[in-house]
Amino acid sequence: MSGIVGRKKSGNLIIFIFLAISGIFMFFPVYLTIMMSVKPTEELFVFPPEIYTSQPTLKNFTEMFEAIRQNRVPFSRYVFNSLTVTVSVTFLQTVIISMAGFVLAKCQFAGRNLINRIIVVSLLYQSNVIYIMQYMVINKLGLIDNLSALILPSIASPVGLFLMKQSISQIPDSIIDSAKTDGAGLFRICWQIVIPNQKPALMTLIIFAFQSSWNMQSGAFIFHDEYKTLPTVINQISTTGLARAGISMAGAVFMLIPPAIIFTIAQSQIIETMTYSGIKN
Amino acid sequence: MFNKIRKELKKNMDCYLMIMPFMVLFIIFTVIPVVMSVPVGFTDFNIVQKPEFIGFSNYTALFLSDKIFMKSLRITLIFAFFSGFISYVICFIIAWFIDSMPHRIGNFFTVIFYIPSMANVYSVWRIIFSGDMNGYINSLLISIGFITSPIQWLTDGRYILFTAVIVQMWLSLGAGFLAMRAGLRGIDHTMYEVGAVEGINNRFQELIYITIPSMKPHLMFAGVMQIVSSFTAGTVIQNIVGFPSTDYNAHTVMTHAYDYGWVRYEMGYASAICMILFLIMYTVNRIIEKISEKNAD
Repeated sequence: MSGIVGRKKSGNLIIFIFLAISGIFMFFPVYLTIMMSVKPTEELFVFPPEIYTSQPTLKNFTEMFEAIRQNRVPFSRYVFNSLTVTVSVTFLQTVIISMAGFVLAKCQFAGRNLINRIIVVSLLYQSNVIYIMQYMVINKLGLIDNLSALILPSIASPVGLFLMKQSISQIPDSIIDSAKTDGAGLFRICWQIVIPNQKPALMTLIIFAFQSSWNMQSGAFIFHDEYKTLPTVINQISTTGLARAGISMAGAVFMLIPPAIIFTIAQSQIIETMTYSGIKN
Repeated sequence: MFNKIRKELKKNMDCYLMIMPFMVLFIIFTVIPVVMSVPVGFTDFNIVQKPEFIGFSNYTALFLSDKIFMKSLRITLIFAFFSGFISYVICFIIAWFIDSMPHRIGNFFTVIFYIPSMANVYSVWRIIFSGDMNGYINSLLISIGFITSPIQWLTDGRYILFTAVIVQMWLSLGAGFLAMRAGLRGIDHTMYEVGAVEGINNRFQELIYITIPSMKPHLMFAGVMQIVSSFTAGTVIQNIVGFPSTDYNAHTVMTHAYDYGWVRYEMGYASAICMILFLIMYTVNRIIEKISEKNAD
């Protein structure tokens, strides 16, 4: 934030050093993952272990594709499944949660407080145990072995709703009231006035939705190989043990690429100055 | 009564229409399963046979005879302190520091700090902490002469809790951090200029009087996220130090629930464990809410 009046610059160097040191702690394991994914297998057993390789190879990646191909389902099918789940969840979640978040933050209607309270409680109740109950519900609906068994339960995310609601609640009521007196309906106020001013929260929501659905394992909801998701198969082939560490790391790197791209795009979309200037009276 | 409902519906039709898609999916896939799991906690249920009602037996067994559960409670509290509380403070400091960096450098650091949360890259920690001389930590400590023989970070009961806490803290920056970034970015920067005119002259005062009050909703969100992720820690730890961990030294409440739910298929018992965990998180959340309300006055 350069250029703010009345702020000293001297602290910036110390801050930068602090960030750099903690940044190394955060990034080093990721760096190692990437490095090990391109290391030839023999080098994994060298002592002392090296943190770089002089002969990078893509062998681990080709071996990973090879191992997946043995499932008799083409690799592209898994990518397609995961993309279908990811795109549907991200899109539907963004639309549905934006509307619900707006209504919960800015409209007075019967039941609003109750819903708000239920959302906060359900945020805290995420556990393995409701998974089996979810299974029973999905089974009743006849959705087992169907990609919608993965898509539908993930759309109404209390986490995403809570985030949007909290963020929208900061918009002054006066703006919404004046739009109402101008004759705009709630739907239009939501999409034309409120949501365009919620870019940071919206991008955060998209990032959460994208990465959680992209990393979703199909678990007990899907039995047929042709409907399984990519992380499920990658998890299957990357068994533990040093010999297969290379393949396992290659899988991790492969899975990391799409969320990293989305994250970078979403980041650059958020232009800081535009956020509230002009909206706050 | 009926008329009242009709009136309300008519008046706020748009509201109900806009929230309906969310509520329908939310009720079917979250509310119903949660509500179903509450009575299961009072039964003996192995998925195959019909659940049998046994009253509070699951709960009394947990507190009176399950020593491992009591141990897992202690371990979960340790995790909650480090990967919840400490990590929340670090999250905020980092997000705040990043905000004072030039735009590009700030974005760069945001990516760096968020990468661990993007995909399952944590399995590399098994190699970093590997117990043979090939492990990166061991090899480093041996080469600087700090130790002479490798330490079994992942299997020695004395060290696994430490190892697990480090990994969990590394993972825990995620959601809360991003929400704080979004909150900081949402602050209208003319407020700092107004503040400067009104006599705020250092960063610390800016933080207390402008930054924190303007991003309160995001701080609340990050807090809830941090509570949930730290109290439900377990899956990743299981992958790193194994299941069960040596002497149950990194055995969290969630691991305990996993053990009964998915290894022994004792769903009733597992539901009771999760219910207790939920009550603990709920209490912590309420306490934090109360404290922050008090401070706001």
